[in-house]
Amino acid sequence: MNNVMIGLEVHVQLNKLKSKLFCGCSTDYQDEEPNTHTCPVCLGLPGALPVVNRKAVECGIKVALALNCEVLEQTLFYRKNYFYPDLPKGFQISQYDFPLAVNGKMSIETDRGEKIIRINRVHMEEDPARMIHEGGIQYSRHSLIDYNRSGMALLEIVTEPDLKSPKEARRFLDKLRSILEYLDVFNGDLEGAMRVDSNISLAGGDRAEVKNISSHKGVEKALSYEATRQKNLLRRNIKIIQETRHYDEERGITISMRTKEGEEDYRYFPEPDLPPMSVKSWTERLKDEIPELPDAKIRRFVEEYGVKENHARSLTSDIEIADYFETVCKSSICTIPRQKVVRRAREIDPNMAASWIVDVLKGELNYREMKIEGSPLTEDKTIKILKDLSSGKITEKNAVEIIREILDNGGDPEEIARRRGFGRLDRSETEILVKKVIEENPKVVEDYHKKKKRALNFLVGKVMALSKGKSAPKDVNELLEKYLCED
Amino acid sequence: MMDEENLKQIARLAKIELKEEEVKEFSPQIRSILALFDEIDEVETEDVKPTFHVFGLKNVFREDAASPSLAGEDAIKNAPKKERGYIKGPKIM
Amino acid sequence: MKNYFKDGIKGFRHFVEDGETEEATRRLIDKIKENRFNAYITVCEDAVERAREIDKNKGDGRLLGMPIAVKDNLSTRGVETTCASKILRGYVPPYDATVVERLKENGAIIVGKTNMDEFAMGTTTETSFFGSTRNPWDEDRVPGGSSGGSAAAVASGECIASLGTDTGGSVRCPASFCGISGIKPTYGFVSRYGLIAYSNSLECVGTMGSSIEDASLLLDVISGKDSRDSTSIDPTLYRRSSEKFGKIGVLTQFFDGVEEDVLKHVWNAIHKLEDLGIEYEEIDLPNLRYALSSYYIIAMSEASSNLARYDGVRYGLRGKDLAWDTTFSRIRAEGFGKEVKRRILMGTFSLSAGYYGKYYLKALKVRNLIIKDFEGAFRKRKLDAIVSPTMPYKPFKLGEKIEDPISMYLSDIYTVPVNLTGLPSVSIPCGFSEGLPIGIQLIGRAFDEETIINIAKIYEENTDHQKKVSGLL
Ligand SMILES: [Mg+2]
Ligand SMILES: [Zn+2]
Repeated sequence: MNNVMIGLEVHVQLNKLKSKLFCGCSTDYQDEEPNTHTCPVCLGLPGALPVVNRKAVECGIKVALALNCEVLEQTLFYRKNYFYPDLPKGFQISQYDFPLAVNGKMSIETDRGEKIIRINRVHMEEDPARMIHEGGIQYSRHSLIDYNRSGMALLEIVTEPDLKSPKEARRFLDKLRSILEYLDVFNGDLEGAMRVDSNISLAGGDRAEVKNISSHKGVEKALSYEATRQKNLLRRNIKIIQETRHYDEERGITISMRTKEGEEDYRYFPEPDLPPMSVKSWTERLKDEIPELPDAKIRRFVEEYGVKENHARSLTSDIEIADYFETVCKSSICTIPRQKVVRRAREIDPNMAASWIVDVLKGELNYREMKIEGSPLTEDKTIKILKDLSSGKITEKNAVEIIREILDNGGDPEEIARRRGFGRLDRSETEILVKKVIEENPKVVEDYHKKKKRALNFLVGKVMALSKGKSAPKDVNELLEKYLCED
Repeated sequence: MMDEENLKQIARLAKIELKEEEVKEFSPQIRSILALFDEIDEVETEDVKPTFHVFGLKNVFREDAASPSLAGEDAIKNAPKKERGYIKGPKIM
Repeated sequence: MKNYFKDGIKGFRHFVEDGETEEATRRLIDKIKENRFNAYITVCEDAVERAREIDKNKGDGRLLGMPIAVKDNLSTRGVETTCASKILRGYVPPYDATVVERLKENGAIIVGKTNMDEFAMGTTTETSFFGSTRNPWDEDRVPGGSSGGSAAAVASGECIASLGTDTGGSVRCPASFCGISGIKPTYGFVSRYGLIAYSNSLECVGTMGSSIEDASLLLDVISGKDSRDSTSIDPTLYRRSSEKFGKIGVLTQFFDGVEEDVLKHVWNAIHKLEDLGIEYEEIDLPNLRYALSSYYIIAMSEASSNLARYDGVRYGLRGKDLAWDTTFSRIRAEGFGKEVKRRILMGTFSLSAGYYGKYYLKALKVRNLIIKDFEGAFRKRKLDAIVSPTMPYKPFKLGEKIEDPISMYLSDIYTVPVNLTGLPSVSIPCGFSEGLPIGIQLIGRAFDEETIINIAKIYEENTDHQKKVSGLL
């Protein structure tokens, strides 16, 4: 797919705010009854007026800065006029000619290295209500509307058509999500928190817009389907028309909704109920509130902890994991100032910690659909496990077992190790087993003296089996050779 | 320009179903209102800024604090059709 | 029979003090229900109950016990609010407009919701779904609009004072046609929260009373910054010098289109003010002739968007459910009257692709030029006020202009510039001709309501036009 062009319009709910964009209704409605978090403003009752949530604008500016955008001197809300049953006022308060910020960029990792994706603009708008179509959108005889979502603050982030494959689109969204979570303006786990409209075209064709996809996986699938569909049309010399398509998540296909002729005329004009805003001067202050972002963190992890770049990348894709890693690494050096020479003083090797967190812990969490934050495997437990592993107190297999048990049932690593009999046998314990094995297998011992190499292996296996793998292989070998020679 | 076809197109955009006799009645009236609108064509406004707020007010915000929503049935009591706490809208497809 | 309403708020206060609020309110409600002028759409049945409580518990508040009428485009909690439109019939707001809240906090009794042009679109109150209001001075004539019900209710003693709204003259025109005083405050001086929008950037809540004193007391009660309306303003931050010059400007433009007797009475008033020590000079503002076109472009464009919410989903008229867009189109076809449809269509067109720059944006620029014209006149000529006829005509016959939208729009020539500029303005009676009242308009500097109200008071004290209205009561 070398001539695919994809642009994204990503709608991000600023769901960490306490209240909606234009009214004081609480944003905490996820598990609530329908229409219980509504007021005259977000229901669009006649006479109600919007007032802008200052923090929403601040969050928007932070995101814009994190995406290297330029915040405009004057920014205005506009009305985007169209009718739809989920839209309480018959228009959406959005932005148009004077968006919050423009001309940004974000890098993503591709198979051919790092790549810059240009951001066209970042603007603010309000979320419409949520609709339910019982029995499916095509068959339902009416829509059920819940206005709890109506008026939630959204940021719309629009890219240039710089993405060259569905996979790149997914990478972009993953990275964007991680940036938003770093900024603490967004919780991507909540339903409908990020929704994507995407434009896709092949060289020589008009673009199709696939609307309202709500998962990163969905975006990749929908775009792959759409790219293949367009390719097949081109191969058969059928012209691709500009149209809007709907992604049917269940069937994994896109369906035509309307063609260009049926396109809406949104009749944008400045929202007269909201005076213009001039907020560029806020950027200096807000810059200071922006934490270290993923790219910078990757560089620092490589430099400061000496971890491999792919590990650093994986650790930083989720800020909770990145913080977890740092806590684990710093545990043993907390009394020593943060200096390069300190590395030698660490009880836990950062590379080992990185590899355990990336290769084991993340997988176990994913398998259980758990987040590290709030999981029973707190940092101090992981520290304990990794220390015991480093000192040889437990085996790698033991460590995995302990991690699994804590994630499933909680508990203390030491107690689990004791209860389940984890840990190495000491040399004297192995010595007893070695003597026992030699005594019980005279035939094999004889074979050993006839220089049959396989005989030693057999005896080692016997000892290991008796110790349930807890004898140190080095001890077993040395002791066997010692007693066999004495024999 | 505003002929009957344009008028019907505008009515579709405004989601107002017009009867044939309304189209006949409105077309000439709307043309004369348009003539009134067109009077501002002759004003030179190249260097004039549009008035977005009459006294140049700007930067009006509220703080991010949650306040009580409508209580009980108040949110949906005016809805002509409802079901299990939802407001019932017409079908989409 | 005792006339409770003859002496306005000041007079009625004695009855409240004497514990006669319930009796007076009961009689008032009976009179409203006779419905002689069709001034009301809804009567507040709990008014008598409220009055009884006041007689019992007294309490305080600058409007304690005052029976006030409220235009039906102002939201009243628990009381049907229709904007005189079929599409909103049965809609009962779950909240009070800020102005209504302030009236109640000050002890006022809301007695009913007054008739108006549908969604305030009109100059005569004839476009109401509930039928025209009639002018108390001549029942065959219009009361003016769009706040015709609020004006007729004051003029006929069906309330002591009232709230109207003014988008392009909708308080001043009916005040003039009904021979009472009306104030359109500076844009942002009074909260619009709960005012059902027609044209957001132009409209204000205004007050009406049988005297300028009553209207200004009401304004005092309802005004002030409101955190729920982003365009409301703390006037102390904006009020410029209150230096007085003792001079007014007379807007002589368009005088050749004004009825002769109207002009005569307006000049008489100007000369009377001259006698009282206020000089005048004639002024002419170059961009004023574009006021009507830019006004109507802005008003209709904003209206087309404001009225998009009437789709039958959350409130109001609902029809048979078909595909959603057909459902919406039929509800709106059935629920809106002709004038409303015309304005929505015009507004939709002027905002549509390719026309925004030619119409709406251009109108906002012309608006800027008109604002500069007024600012320049006030500043350079050192004026305290600018005066003009409120309406170019006396009240006309019911049905006379309703079929001719353009000639109707032209009658707003003196009132709309005030909304474009956001300035405050009052209309007070300045004479009678053929038994019909004539009004004069005084336009003030931004947030300087005080000066024009004071000039109006001086005029009122030295003439007796205002007293004529009590003859009707
Ligand atoms: Mg959008
Ligand atoms: Zn709300």
